[in-house]
Amino acid sequence: MSDVPTTLQYTAEHEWIDGAEPATVGITKNAADALGDIVYLELPTVGSEIAAGAVVGEVESTKSVSELFSPVSGTVVEVNQAAVDEPSVVNADPYGAGWLFKVDVTGTGPLLSADEYAATITD
Amino acid sequence: MTETTTPATDDATGAVLSPLHAEHVALGATMTPFAGWMMPLRYAGDLAEHQAVRTAAGLFDLSHMGELHVDGPGAGAGLDHALVGNISGLAVGRARYTMIVQEDGGILDDLIVYRLADEAYLVVANASNVAVVSGALAERLAPFDASLTDRSLETALIAVQGPRSAEIVVGLTDPAHADAVRDVRYYAGVPATVGGVEALVARTGYTGEDGFELFVPAAAAPGLWRDLRAAGAPLGLVPAGLSARDSLRLEAGMPLYGNELDTTTAPHDAGLGRVVRLDKTTADGEPLPFVGRAALASRAHATPSRVLVGLVGSGRRAARHGYEVLTSAADDAVVVGRVTSGAPSPTLGTPIAMAYVTPEVSAEGTELAVDVRGRREPVRVVALPFYRRP
Repeated sequence: MSDVPTTLQYTAEHEWIDGAEPATVGITKNAADALGDIVYLELPTVGSEIAAGAVVGEVESTKSVSELFSPVSGTVVEVNQAAVDEPSVVNADPYGAGWLFKVDVTGTGPLLSADEYAATITD
Repeated sequence: MTETTTPATDDATGAVLSPLHAEHVALGATMTPFAGWMMPLRYAGDLAEHQAVRTAAGLFDLSHMGELHVDGPGAGAGLDHALVGNISGLAVGRARYTMIVQEDGGILDDLIVYRLADEAYLVVANASNVAVVSGALAERLAPFDASLTDRSLETALIAVQGPRSAEIVVGLTDPAHADAVRDVRYYAGVPATVGGVEALVARTGYTGEDGFELFVPAAAAPGLWRDLRAAGAPLGLVPAGLSARDSLRLEAGMPLYGNELDTTTAPHDAGLGRVVRLDKTTADGEPLPFVGRAALASRAHATPSRVLVGLVGSGRRAARHGYEVLTSAADDAVVVGRVTSGAPSPTLGTPIAMAYVTPEVSAEGTELAVDVRGRREPVRVVALPFYRRP
Protein backbone atom coordinates (compact mmCIF):
# COMPACT_ATOMS: atom_id res chain seq x y z
CA MET A 1 0.00 0.00 0.00
CA SER A 2 1.46 3.32 -1.07
CA ASP A 3 -0.66 5.07 1.58
CA VAL A 4 1.30 3.44 4.43
CA PRO A 5 4.70 5.15 4.68
CA THR A 6 7.45 2.70 5.61
CA THR A 7 9.18 5.33 7.78
CA LEU A 8 6.39 5.19 10.39
CA GLN A 9 5.05 2.68 12.90
CA TYR A 10 1.35 1.97 13.43
CA THR A 11 -1.29 0.74 15.85
CA ALA A 12 -4.03 -1.71 14.98
CA GLU A 13 -6.42 1.19 15.73
CA HIS A 14 -5.02 3.18 12.78
CA GLU A 15 -2.71 5.66 14.49
CA TRP A 16 0.80 6.33 13.20
CA ILE A 17 3.86 7.46 15.15
CA ASP A 18 7.28 8.53 13.95
CA GLY A 19 10.65 7.84 15.58
CA ALA A 20 11.54 11.45 16.40
CA GLU A 21 12.05 12.87 19.87
CA PRO A 22 9.45 14.03 20.79
CA ALA A 23 7.43 11.62 18.65
CA THR A 24 4.62 12.83 16.40
CA VAL A 25 1.28 10.95 16.33
CA GLY A 26 -1.50 11.05 13.74
CA ILE A 27 -4.12 8.85 12.12
CA THR A 28 -3.55 6.90 8.93
CA LYS A 29 -4.87 7.81 5.51
CA ASN A 30 -6.91 4.63 5.63
CA ALA A 31 -8.59 5.80 8.86
CA ALA A 32 -9.18 9.32 7.56
CA ASP A 33 -10.67 7.98 4.33
CA ALA A 34 -12.95 5.62 6.23
CA LEU A 35 -14.28 8.44 8.42
CA GLY A 36 -14.96 10.81 5.56
CA ASP A 37 -14.66 14.56 6.00
CA ILE A 38 -13.42 15.18 9.53
CA VAL A 39 -15.23 18.07 11.21
CA TYR A 40 -14.08 17.85 14.82
CA LEU A 41 -10.94 16.78 16.66
CA GLU A 42 -10.62 16.35 20.38
CA LEU A 43 -6.95 16.02 21.36
CA PRO A 44 -5.18 15.47 24.69
CA THR A 45 -4.09 18.62 26.55
CA VAL A 46 -0.47 19.69 26.53
CA GLY A 47 1.24 18.47 29.69
CA SER A 48 -1.09 15.51 30.20
CA GLU A 49 0.32 12.07 30.91
CA ILE A 50 -1.01 9.47 28.48
CA ALA A 51 -0.75 5.70 28.50
CA ALA A 52 -0.17 3.42 25.55
CA GLY A 53 -3.47 1.98 24.35
CA ALA A 54 -5.59 4.53 26.24
CA VAL A 55 -8.24 6.68 24.59
CA VAL A 56 -6.81 10.18 24.39
CA GLY A 57 -9.16 11.91 21.98
CA GLU A 58 -11.81 11.66 19.29
CA VAL A 59 -11.97 12.15 15.55
CA GLU A 60 -15.44 12.96 14.27
CA SER A 61 -16.91 13.20 10.77
CA THR A 62 -20.50 13.76 9.72
CA LYS A 63 -20.84 10.04 9.15
CA SER A 64 -19.14 8.59 12.20
CA VAL A 65 -16.77 9.05 15.10
CA SER A 66 -13.61 7.24 16.05
CA GLU A 67 -11.70 7.23 19.30
CA LEU A 68 -8.04 8.20 19.22
CA PHE A 69 -5.74 5.72 20.97
CA SER A 70 -2.25 6.62 22.07
CA PRO A 71 0.43 4.38 20.53
CA VAL A 72 2.81 5.18 23.39
CA SER A 73 3.04 6.28 27.01
CA GLY A 74 4.49 9.68 27.85
CA THR A 75 3.80 13.37 28.23
CA VAL A 76 1.99 15.39 25.59
CA VAL A 77 4.20 18.33 24.65
CA GLU A 78 2.31 19.85 21.72
CA VAL A 79 -1.01 19.52 19.89
CA ASN A 80 -1.72 20.57 16.33
CA GLN A 81 -3.98 23.57 16.89
CA ALA A 82 -4.14 24.23 13.16
CA ALA A 83 -5.76 20.82 12.69
CA VAL A 84 -8.18 21.46 15.57
CA ASP A 85 -9.17 24.72 13.91
CA GLU A 86 -9.43 23.21 10.42
CA PRO A 87 -9.82 19.43 10.70
CA SER A 88 -10.01 18.93 6.92
CA VAL A 89 -6.19 19.03 6.93
CA VAL A 90 -6.28 15.55 8.49
CA ASN A 91 -8.08 14.23 5.41
CA ALA A 92 -5.88 16.18 3.03
CA ASP A 93 -2.50 15.38 4.56
CA PRO A 94 -2.78 12.80 7.35
CA TYR A 95 0.98 12.08 7.50
CA GLY A 96 2.07 15.71 7.22
CA ALA A 97 0.19 18.89 8.12
CA GLY A 98 -2.60 16.73 9.57
CA TRP A 99 -0.51 15.38 12.46
CA LEU A 100 -2.35 15.41 15.81
CA PHE A 101 0.00 15.63 18.82
CA LYS A 102 3.62 15.26 19.95
CA VAL A 103 4.66 13.24 22.92
CA ASP A 104 7.80 12.70 25.04
CA VAL A 105 7.84 8.91 24.98
CA THR A 106 8.45 6.95 28.19
CA GLY A 107 7.15 3.58 26.93
CA THR A 108 5.56 2.02 23.89
CA GLY A 109 2.59 -0.23 23.31
CA PRO A 110 2.40 -2.92 20.64
CA LEU A 111 3.34 -1.22 17.36
CA LEU A 112 3.11 -2.55 13.81
CA SER A 113 5.49 -2.07 10.93
CA ALA A 114 4.15 -0.56 7.71
CA ASP A 115 3.87 -4.03 6.18
CA GLU A 116 2.08 -5.41 9.21
CA TYR A 117 -0.33 -2.48 9.31
CA ALA A 118 -0.95 -2.65 5.56
CA ALA A 119 -1.87 -6.31 5.99
CA THR A 120 -4.57 -5.39 8.55
CA ILE A 121 -6.30 -3.00 6.16
CA THR A 122 -6.17 -5.12 3.03
CA ASP A 123 -9.46 -6.81 2.39
CA MET B 1 -44.62 -16.71 -16.64
CA THR B 2 -42.42 -14.21 -14.97
CA GLU B 3 -39.24 -12.84 -16.37
CA THR B 4 -36.36 -13.12 -13.96
CA THR B 5 -33.43 -10.78 -13.88
CA THR B 6 -30.15 -12.05 -12.52
CA PRO B 7 -28.24 -9.09 -11.17
CA ALA B 8 -24.48 -8.69 -11.15
CA THR B 9 -23.04 -9.08 -7.66
CA ASP B 10 -19.89 -8.13 -5.79
CA ASP B 11 -17.47 -11.08 -5.64
CA ALA B 12 -16.46 -10.55 -2.01
CA THR B 13 -19.78 -9.67 -0.38
CA GLY B 14 -22.40 -11.05 -2.76
CA ALA B 15 -24.02 -7.60 -2.70
CA VAL B 16 -26.04 -6.64 -5.76
CA LEU B 17 -24.33 -4.16 -8.06
CA SER B 18 -26.30 -1.12 -9.14
CA PRO B 19 -26.80 -0.65 -12.88
CA LEU B 20 -24.62 2.44 -12.30
CA HIS B 21 -21.80 0.54 -10.59
CA ALA B 22 -19.25 1.16 -13.35
CA GLU B 23 -20.04 4.88 -13.21
CA HIS B 24 -19.34 4.98 -9.49
CA VAL B 25 -16.09 3.07 -9.84
CA ALA B 26 -14.97 5.36 -12.66
CA LEU B 27 -15.71 8.37 -10.41
CA GLY B 28 -13.52 6.90 -7.67
CA ALA B 29 -16.41 6.44 -5.24
CA THR B 30 -15.94 4.74 -1.90
CA MET B 31 -18.42 1.87 -2.17
CA THR B 32 -20.19 0.31 0.78
CA PRO B 33 -22.50 -2.67 1.25
CA PHE B 34 -25.96 -1.29 2.03
CA ALA B 35 -29.11 -3.38 2.42
CA GLY B 36 -27.75 -6.13 0.19
CA TRP B 37 -26.47 -3.70 -2.45
CA MET B 38 -23.06 -2.22 -3.14
CA MET B 39 -23.68 1.52 -3.18
CA PRO B 40 -21.59 4.71 -3.25
CA LEU B 41 -20.91 6.07 0.25
CA ARG B 42 -19.14 9.16 -1.03
CA TYR B 43 -17.25 10.46 -4.03
CA ALA B 44 -15.01 13.50 -3.43
CA GLY B 45 -16.20 14.19 0.11
CA ASP B 46 -19.30 14.14 2.33
CA LEU B 47 -19.29 17.85 3.13
CA ALA B 48 -18.83 19.09 -0.42
CA GLU B 49 -21.62 16.75 -1.57
CA HIS B 50 -23.92 17.90 1.23
CA GLN B 51 -23.26 21.55 0.49
CA ALA B 52 -23.68 21.09 -3.25
CA VAL B 53 -27.21 19.78 -2.65
CA ARG B 54 -28.02 22.75 -0.38
CA THR B 55 -26.62 25.35 -2.80
CA ALA B 56 -26.69 23.81 -6.30
CA ALA B 57 -27.50 20.16 -6.97
CA GLY B 58 -26.51 16.60 -6.17
CA LEU B 59 -26.92 13.45 -8.25
CA PHE B 60 -27.81 10.29 -6.34
CA ASP B 61 -28.03 6.65 -7.36
CA LEU B 62 -30.99 5.19 -5.47
CA SER B 63 -31.27 2.03 -7.53
CA HIS B 64 -31.27 -0.03 -4.35
CA MET B 65 -34.78 1.18 -3.54
CA GLY B 66 -37.57 -1.32 -4.17
CA GLU B 67 -40.14 -0.80 -6.92
CA LEU B 68 -43.27 -2.90 -6.44
CA HIS B 69 -45.99 -2.51 -9.03
CA VAL B 70 -49.61 -3.21 -8.11
CA ASP B 71 -51.97 -3.42 -11.06
CA GLY B 72 -55.54 -4.41 -11.74
CA PRO B 73 -59.15 -3.45 -11.03
CA GLY B 74 -58.69 -4.23 -7.33
CA ALA B 75 -55.34 -2.49 -6.93
CA GLY B 76 -56.66 0.62 -5.19
CA ALA B 77 -58.94 -1.26 -2.81
CA GLY B 78 -56.18 -3.76 -2.12
CA LEU B 79 -53.68 -1.05 -1.19
CA ASP B 80 -56.30 0.70 0.97
CA HIS B 81 -56.52 -2.58 2.87
CA ALA B 82 -52.76 -3.24 2.95
CA LEU B 83 -51.47 0.26 3.85
CA VAL B 84 -52.47 2.92 6.38
CA GLY B 85 -53.17 5.66 3.82
CA ASN B 86 -56.10 6.44 1.55
CA ILE B 87 -54.46 5.14 -1.60
CA SER B 88 -57.46 4.78 -3.89
CA GLY B 89 -58.17 8.45 -3.25
CA LEU B 90 -54.95 9.49 -4.99
CA ALA B 91 -55.40 11.23 -8.32
CA VAL B 92 -53.53 9.70 -11.25
CA GLY B 93 -50.07 11.27 -11.35
CA ARG B 94 -49.97 12.02 -7.63
CA ALA B 95 -47.88 10.36 -4.93
CA ARG B 96 -48.34 9.82 -1.21
CA TYR B 97 -46.03 9.16 1.72
CA THR B 98 -47.52 6.22 3.61
CA MET B 99 -46.68 3.19 5.71
CA ILE B 100 -47.27 -0.52 5.91
CA VAL B 101 -47.79 -1.71 9.49
CA GLN B 102 -48.26 -4.95 11.36
CA GLU B 103 -51.60 -5.85 12.99
CA ASP B 104 -50.23 -4.32 16.21
CA GLY B 105 -49.48 -1.04 14.45
CA GLY B 106 -45.69 -1.52 14.36
CA ILE B 107 -44.15 -0.08 11.20
CA LEU B 108 -42.90 -2.59 8.61
CA ASP B 109 -41.75 0.16 6.26
CA ASP B 110 -42.40 3.71 5.17
CA LEU B 111 -43.32 3.97 1.50
CA ILE B 112 -44.10 6.34 -1.31
CA VAL B 113 -47.00 5.20 -3.50
CA TYR B 114 -47.48 6.69 -6.96
CA ARG B 115 -50.72 6.31 -8.86
CA LEU B 116 -49.50 5.76 -12.42
CA ALA B 117 -52.92 5.10 -14.01
CA ASP B 118 -56.45 4.25 -12.92
CA GLU B 119 -55.49 0.68 -12.13
CA ALA B 120 -51.71 0.96 -11.75
CA TYR B 121 -49.75 1.91 -8.65
CA LEU B 122 -46.03 1.98 -7.89
CA VAL B 123 -45.02 1.25 -4.29
CA VAL B 124 -41.46 2.39 -3.48
CA ALA B 125 -39.99 0.58 -0.49
CA ASN B 126 -36.70 0.81 1.37
CA ALA B 127 -34.11 -1.61 0.03
CA SER B 128 -33.74 -3.30 3.41
CA ASN B 129 -37.47 -4.00 3.53
CA VAL B 130 -38.34 -4.99 -0.04
CA ALA B 131 -38.70 -8.68 0.81
CA VAL B 132 -40.85 -7.97 3.87
CA VAL B 133 -43.05 -5.47 2.05
CA SER B 134 -43.37 -7.69 -1.00
CA GLY B 135 -44.33 -10.66 1.17
CA ALA B 136 -46.87 -8.70 3.18
CA LEU B 137 -48.40 -7.16 0.06
CA ALA B 138 -48.67 -10.54 -1.65
CA GLU B 139 -50.61 -11.87 1.32
CA ARG B 140 -52.76 -8.80 1.84
CA LEU B 141 -53.60 -8.36 -1.85
CA ALA B 142 -54.53 -12.02 -2.36
CA PRO B 143 -58.31 -11.48 -1.92
CA PHE B 144 -58.26 -8.58 -4.40
CA ASP B 145 -58.22 -8.56 -8.20
CA ALA B 146 -54.70 -7.16 -8.33
CA SER B 147 -51.25 -8.35 -9.39
CA LEU B 148 -48.00 -7.61 -7.59
CA THR B 149 -44.75 -7.38 -9.57
CA ASP B 150 -41.35 -6.66 -8.06
CA ARG B 151 -39.42 -4.63 -10.64
CA SER B 152 -36.67 -3.53 -8.26
CA LEU B 153 -33.84 -5.11 -10.23
CA GLU B 154 -34.94 -3.92 -13.66
CA THR B 155 -35.57 -0.37 -12.43
CA ALA B 156 -32.91 2.24 -11.73
CA LEU B 157 -33.70 5.27 -9.64
CA ILE B 158 -31.67 8.45 -10.08
CA ALA B 159 -32.34 11.52 -7.92
CA VAL B 160 -31.40 15.09 -8.76
CA GLN B 161 -31.76 17.21 -5.64
CA GLY B 162 -31.04 20.83 -4.92
CA PRO B 163 -32.10 24.35 -5.93
CA ARG B 164 -30.70 23.95 -9.46
CA SER B 165 -32.30 20.55 -10.06
CA ALA B 166 -35.30 21.84 -12.03
CA GLU B 167 -33.06 23.65 -14.52
CA ILE B 168 -30.97 20.53 -14.97
CA VAL B 169 -33.81 18.04 -15.38
CA VAL B 170 -36.05 20.28 -17.47
CA GLY B 171 -33.09 21.17 -19.69
CA LEU B 172 -32.60 17.50 -20.55
CA THR B 173 -36.29 16.80 -21.07
CA ASP B 174 -37.81 16.31 -24.51
CA PRO B 175 -39.40 19.68 -25.44
CA ALA B 176 -42.79 18.00 -25.72
CA HIS B 177 -42.63 17.12 -22.00
CA ALA B 178 -40.60 20.02 -20.64
CA ASP B 179 -43.56 22.07 -19.42
CA ALA B 180 -45.07 19.05 -17.67
CA VAL B 181 -41.79 18.34 -15.88
CA ARG B 182 -41.24 22.00 -14.96
CA ASP B 183 -44.73 22.22 -13.50
CA VAL B 184 -44.90 18.85 -11.77
CA ARG B 185 -45.86 19.47 -8.17
CA TYR B 186 -44.25 18.16 -4.99
CA TYR B 187 -45.38 14.57 -4.45
CA ALA B 188 -46.47 14.09 -8.04
CA GLY B 189 -44.94 12.37 -11.05
CA VAL B 190 -45.22 12.54 -14.82
CA PRO B 191 -44.00 10.25 -17.58
CA ALA B 192 -41.42 12.11 -19.66
CA THR B 193 -38.51 11.52 -22.00
CA VAL B 194 -35.34 12.77 -20.32
CA GLY B 195 -32.02 12.47 -22.10
CA GLY B 196 -33.79 10.23 -24.60
CA VAL B 197 -34.91 7.85 -21.85
CA GLU B 198 -38.53 7.19 -20.97
CA ALA B 199 -38.78 7.98 -17.29
CA LEU B 200 -41.25 8.49 -14.53
CA VAL B 201 -40.19 11.91 -13.28
CA ALA B 202 -41.32 12.47 -9.70
CA ARG B 203 -40.90 15.60 -7.61
CA THR B 204 -39.91 13.84 -4.45
CA GLY B 205 -36.78 13.51 -2.40
CA TYR B 206 -35.07 12.94 0.90
CA THR B 207 -32.91 16.02 1.25
CA GLY B 208 -35.17 18.93 2.21
CA GLU B 209 -34.52 20.59 -1.16
CA ASP B 210 -36.50 20.84 -4.35
CA GLY B 211 -35.67 17.86 -6.49
CA PHE B 212 -36.63 15.03 -8.75
CA GLU B 213 -36.48 11.27 -8.70
CA LEU B 214 -36.29 9.55 -12.08
CA PHE B 215 -37.40 5.95 -12.41
CA VAL B 216 -35.86 4.48 -15.56
CA PRO B 217 -35.09 1.05 -17.05
CA ALA B 218 -31.84 -0.22 -15.57
CA ALA B 219 -30.19 -0.57 -18.99
CA ALA B 220 -30.79 3.11 -19.77
CA ALA B 221 -29.46 4.37 -16.44
CA PRO B 222 -25.76 4.84 -17.25
CA GLY B 223 -26.46 7.05 -20.28
CA LEU B 224 -28.93 9.18 -18.34
CA TRP B 225 -26.52 9.44 -15.39
CA ARG B 226 -23.78 10.73 -17.69
CA ASP B 227 -26.15 13.15 -19.43
CA LEU B 228 -27.32 14.53 -16.08
CA ARG B 229 -23.72 14.95 -14.90
CA ALA B 230 -22.75 16.75 -18.10
CA ALA B 231 -25.82 19.02 -18.04
CA GLY B 232 -25.54 19.68 -14.31
CA ALA B 233 -21.82 20.17 -13.85
CA PRO B 234 -21.80 23.77 -15.13
CA LEU B 235 -24.54 24.54 -12.58
CA GLY B 236 -22.62 22.98 -9.70
CA LEU B 237 -24.12 19.47 -9.70
CA VAL B 238 -21.89 16.78 -8.19
CA PRO B 239 -22.53 13.08 -7.61
CA ALA B 240 -23.47 12.51 -3.97
CA GLY B 241 -23.35 9.35 -1.88
CA LEU B 242 -25.25 7.73 0.96
CA SER B 243 -23.28 9.65 3.57
CA ALA B 244 -24.48 13.02 2.27
CA ARG B 245 -27.96 11.60 1.80
CA ASP B 246 -28.07 10.71 5.50
CA SER B 247 -26.85 14.09 6.77
CA LEU B 248 -29.24 15.88 4.40
CA ARG B 249 -32.28 13.90 5.49
CA LEU B 250 -31.37 14.33 9.14
CA GLU B 251 -31.19 18.12 8.78
CA ALA B 252 -34.56 17.94 7.02
CA GLY B 253 -35.99 15.99 9.97
CA MET B 254 -36.95 13.04 7.79
CA PRO B 255 -37.16 9.62 9.44
CA LEU B 256 -34.97 6.71 8.38
CA TYR B 257 -36.30 3.19 8.69
CA GLY B 258 -34.16 1.29 11.19
CA ASN B 259 -33.40 4.51 13.11
CA GLU B 260 -36.60 6.45 13.77
CA LEU B 261 -38.96 3.77 12.47
CA ASP B 262 -39.14 0.05 13.20
CA THR B 263 -41.63 -2.67 14.10
CA THR B 264 -41.78 -1.51 17.74
CA THR B 265 -42.78 1.99 16.62
CA ALA B 266 -46.24 3.12 15.53
CA PRO B 267 -46.72 6.04 13.14
CA HIS B 268 -48.05 8.22 16.01
CA ASP B 269 -44.85 7.70 18.02
CA ALA B 270 -42.83 9.20 15.17
CA GLY B 271 -45.13 12.22 14.91
CA LEU B 272 -46.54 10.74 11.71
CA GLY B 273 -50.06 9.95 12.90
CA ARG B 274 -51.32 12.06 10.01
CA VAL B 275 -50.45 9.28 7.55
CA VAL B 276 -52.90 6.92 9.29
CA ARG B 277 -56.31 7.38 7.71
CA LEU B 278 -58.77 5.97 10.24
CA ASP B 279 -61.47 7.78 8.24
CA LYS B 280 -60.99 5.51 5.20
CA THR B 281 -64.33 3.95 4.29
CA THR B 282 -65.56 1.09 2.17
CA ALA B 283 -67.88 1.64 -0.78
CA ASP B 284 -70.75 1.19 1.70
CA GLY B 285 -69.47 3.98 3.90
CA GLU B 286 -68.30 1.61 6.63
CA PRO B 287 -64.89 2.12 8.31
CA LEU B 288 -62.36 0.31 6.15
CA PRO B 289 -60.71 -2.45 8.20
CA PHE B 290 -57.14 -2.00 6.93
CA VAL B 291 -54.34 -4.02 8.47
CA GLY B 292 -53.39 -2.41 11.78
CA ARG B 293 -56.53 -0.29 12.04
CA ALA B 294 -57.73 -1.60 15.41
CA ALA B 295 -54.38 -1.08 17.09
CA LEU B 296 -53.81 2.33 15.54
CA ALA B 297 -57.35 3.52 16.38
CA SER B 298 -56.72 2.82 20.06
CA ARG B 299 -53.40 4.69 19.90
CA ALA B 300 -54.75 7.68 18.03
CA HIS B 301 -56.14 9.33 21.16
CA ALA B 302 -53.86 7.79 23.77
CA THR B 303 -50.93 9.73 25.17
CA PRO B 304 -47.86 8.21 23.52
CA SER B 305 -45.22 6.80 25.86
CA ARG B 306 -42.51 8.56 23.87
CA VAL B 307 -42.24 11.42 21.43
CA LEU B 308 -39.80 11.98 18.56
CA VAL B 309 -38.01 15.29 19.08
CA GLY B 310 -35.14 17.26 17.64
CA LEU B 311 -32.10 18.00 19.81
CA VAL B 312 -29.46 20.64 19.16
CA GLY B 313 -26.18 20.67 21.05
CA SER B 314 -24.12 23.69 21.98
CA GLY B 315 -20.72 21.95 21.96
CA ARG B 316 -18.99 20.02 19.22
CA ARG B 317 -19.48 16.37 20.12
CA ALA B 318 -22.47 14.81 18.36
CA ALA B 319 -24.79 12.22 19.83
CA ARG B 320 -25.16 9.14 17.66
CA HIS B 321 -27.75 6.41 17.14
CA GLY B 322 -28.45 4.60 20.40
CA TYR B 323 -27.00 7.13 22.84
CA GLU B 324 -28.99 7.88 26.02
CA VAL B 325 -30.85 11.14 26.59
CA LEU B 326 -30.84 12.38 30.20
CA THR B 327 -32.68 15.06 32.17
CA SER B 328 -29.44 17.02 32.61
CA ALA B 329 -25.68 16.72 32.68
CA ALA B 330 -25.77 16.36 36.49
CA ASP B 331 -24.79 13.18 38.30
CA ASP B 332 -28.36 12.58 39.53
CA ALA B 333 -29.85 12.88 36.02
CA VAL B 334 -32.17 10.14 34.86
CA VAL B 335 -32.53 8.57 31.43
CA VAL B 336 -35.54 9.96 29.55
CA GLY B 337 -34.90 8.74 26.04
CA ARG B 338 -32.61 7.49 23.32
CA VAL B 339 -31.08 9.06 20.24
CA THR B 340 -32.20 7.58 16.91
CA SER B 341 -29.94 9.58 14.55
CA GLY B 342 -27.31 12.22 15.17
CA ALA B 343 -24.43 14.00 13.47
CA PRO B 344 -22.60 17.29 13.32
CA SER B 345 -24.87 19.33 11.03
CA PRO B 346 -22.88 20.61 8.05
CA THR B 347 -25.40 23.39 7.44
CA LEU B 348 -25.95 24.55 11.03
CA GLY B 349 -22.44 23.88 12.33
CA THR B 350 -23.79 22.35 15.55
CA PRO B 351 -24.53 18.77 16.59
CA ILE B 352 -28.10 17.73 15.82
CA ALA B 353 -30.03 14.60 16.70
CA MET B 354 -33.44 13.04 16.61
CA ALA B 355 -34.46 11.14 19.73
CA TYR B 356 -37.41 9.46 21.35
CA VAL B 357 -38.02 11.01 24.78
CA THR B 358 -40.78 10.80 27.38
CA PRO B 359 -43.62 13.29 26.79
CA GLU B 360 -42.80 15.35 29.94
CA VAL B 361 -39.46 16.46 28.50
CA SER B 362 -40.55 16.81 24.88
CA ALA B 363 -41.55 20.50 24.87
CA GLU B 364 -39.56 22.83 22.66
CA GLY B 365 -36.88 24.62 24.64
CA THR B 366 -36.47 21.88 27.25
CA GLU B 367 -32.83 21.61 28.32
CA LEU B 368 -31.57 18.01 28.39
CA ALA B 369 -28.27 16.18 28.00
CA VAL B 370 -26.96 13.29 25.92
CA ASP B 371 -24.39 10.77 27.05
CA VAL B 372 -21.70 10.98 24.35
CA ARG B 373 -19.37 8.08 25.10
CA GLY B 374 -19.32 8.66 28.84
CA ARG B 375 -19.41 12.44 28.86
CA ARG B 376 -22.67 14.34 29.09
CA GLU B 377 -23.24 17.08 26.57
CA PRO B 378 -26.04 19.65 26.99
CA VAL B 379 -28.77 19.70 24.33
CA ARG B 380 -32.01 21.59 23.84
CA VAL B 381 -35.29 20.30 22.41
CA VAL B 382 -36.15 22.04 19.13
CA ALA B 383 -38.91 21.75 16.56
CA LEU B 384 -38.24 19.58 13.52
CA PRO B 385 -36.98 20.03 10.88
CA PHE B 386 -33.58 21.48 11.77
CA TYR B 387 -33.29 22.92 8.29
CA ARG B 388 -35.96 24.35 6.02
CA ARG B 389 -35.03 25.49 2.55
CA PRO B 390 -35.11 29.25 2.00
